[in-house]
Amino acid sequence: MSLSLLPPEFKIIRDDARCIACQVCVRQCANDVHIYDPEDDWIYSDYSRCVGCHRCVTLCPTRAITCVRNPLDFRANANWTHAMITGLHKQAETGGILLSGMGCDQPQRIYFDHLLLNASQVTNPSIDPLREPMELRTHIGRKPDRVQVRCEDGKVKLDTQLAPQLALETPIMFSAMSYGSISYNACLSLARAAKQAGIVYNTGEGGLHPTLYEYGPWTVAQVASGRFGVHPKYLDVAAALEVKIGQGAKPGIGGHLPGEKVSADVSRTRMIPEGTDALSPAPHHDIYSIEDLRQLIYALKEATDYKKPVGVKVAAVHNIAPIASGIARAGADYIAIDGLRGGTGAAPTVIRNNVGIPIELAISAVDQRLRQEGIRNQVSLIAAGSIRNSGDVVKIIALGADAVYIGTGALVALGCHLCQKCYTGKCNWGIATQDPYLTKRLNPNIGSRRLVNLVRAWSLEIKEMLGGMGVNAIESLRGNRDHLRGVGLNEVELKALGIKAAGIG
Amino acid sequence: MKRVYVNEEYCIGCRLCEIHCLVQHSQSKKIIKAYKEEAPQLMPRLVFEEEGPLSFAMPCRHCADAPCLDACITGAMHRDEETEAVLCDEDKCVGCWMCVMACPFGAIQRNLKGTKAASKCDLCYGEEMPACVAHCPNEALTFEER
Repeated sequence: MSLSLLPPEFKIIRDDARCIACQVCVRQCANDVHIYDPEDDWIYSDYSRCVGCHRCVTLCPTRAITCVRNPLDFRANANWTHAMITGLHKQAETGGILLSGMGCDQPQRIYFDHLLLNASQVTNPSIDPLREPMELRTHIGRKPDRVQVRCEDGKVKLDTQLAPQLALETPIMFSAMSYGSISYNACLSLARAAKQAGIVYNTGEGGLHPTLYEYGPWTVAQVASGRFGVHPKYLDVAAALEVKIGQGAKPGIGGHLPGEKVSADVSRTRMIPEGTDALSPAPHHDIYSIEDLRQLIYALKEATDYKKPVGVKVAAVHNIAPIASGIARAGADYIAIDGLRGGTGAAPTVIRNNVGIPIELAISAVDQRLRQEGIRNQVSLIAAGSIRNSGDVVKIIALGADAVYIGTGALVALGCHLCQKCYTGKCNWGIATQDPYLTKRLNPNIGSRRLVNLVRAWSLEIKEMLGGMGVNAIESLRGNRDHLRGVGLNEVELKALGIKAAGIG
Repeated sequence: MKRVYVNEEYCIGCRLCEIHCLVQHSQSKKIIKAYKEEAPQLMPRLVFEEEGPLSFAMPCRHCADAPCLDACITGAMHRDEETEAVLCDEDKCVGCWMCVMACPFGAIQRNLKGTKAASKCDLCYGEEMPACVAHCPNEALTFEER
């Protein structure tokens, strides 16, 4: 075997004055970085294997460990960067596609950071959400063109038949992460948190473990190209169904769950043989047009007696506006759009970093297009793809979304440190793994508590921001671009977002 | 009475319970000092069991009908009137290890390094919460009345 040219990514610095050789780091590292030598009663760290997940740093009882980026660097070169060179070395050694976990980490423009929100001053009063009611409740689903009511015996009765709706206490949903890509405990944490917070989580393409059926009213069941785990009961227990066409991290390509992650339980849930790779094809093999999509949407509606909203999830790509228009006309009750920075358990790095468009531009384009066509009410829009904080939620809703999907944000709340090694199955935080040594590290009691706290905290912040704008319902913010101003954006970008520059009006 | 309960499903095998148990029963109660200076005389007062991915801490169950109390020939092993915890008076213990033989959980160990007495969980006498429970990073140990 020839010498690897790859330098270590991280360096472990152990403070000998503090290290008590208790071996917690040895026991906690799934990458075998820390090694105890009983002869010397000392711990050595082979940091060439370190992924920078901070598990050892966090659990070390004496704070003796620091993990830093390896200071060893190549000669500075703005063109041939460190990442470029190590990527080439890796491919020269393996001959394979470079893989990554999580969303795009490249410095593509983050439009959220160039948007600023408005607040009331003098001419209109702001609202104090601690003293006055503030409505965050959101309904996902088709809204009628007009509402007909009649009065009977002094009571108002609704004549219009409403389409099925998904009720959310706050416009936040946990995005699709499958059992298989993440652990059972991670799924259970999400399900329990969704129930407690009055929102929903999404099964991804992993089917639904029978013990999670009880969380059905807070579950969106996904039907993706591999059709894993799809059966009548799966469709029946869910609150809504979602046809997955694409994912922001890897638009246009399918999924690949390695056989090592297909444990007995995962195999039963997905209805595939144990230990076999779960390959989701790039396209749905029965969808080659909008008409085909309509057939699947209505097949699912038919199968569930038209009682549940059926949505479609697509990646944000060029021409997303006409694509969304087609999906709306195909009968979808909501469209989830996953932007360039959307996360994943595994994607080819080159696709993750280069394919798709930012969610801010996609949602704005779709909202404007559906309004122009007069069909905006027919679908709800869900924005996904790196919603990092409550400010991003408010901004994307002002750009036209009804609600947001959070995936990476939720995982970070569960302990994820964004080391981007989900695809190795060695997640030291017990999230993206099926290894029984690792999965128990995520206690769903703690996980669900942390997720509920996150949703609560964001909801409180959203209320504060709405109050500042003088708005008392999230409905009044949707597509209300007057509350946004851009900084450091050119005219084309401002036009695409449909907003004014800061300082102009 | 309040006891330490183990939820082995979420025990991650880090053994921080052992480490903090040792520190709590050291002179200094300071982790670095306890390990670097006092450790040769100290041992954790709970037993840690591990086989494959299954692991759990096994501190004394403080049984209502504790066999160690009957087995003790000197009366060192006694029940604390206030907390109902089963405690070992190390001054009275003569190291006959009958309690070690009698304990159905294997929760009592011989301390051959320091006190030469039976070493067992005292629920961190005087503390609001035992150190193992307070420092369990995954809430696999709880201190509660059931």
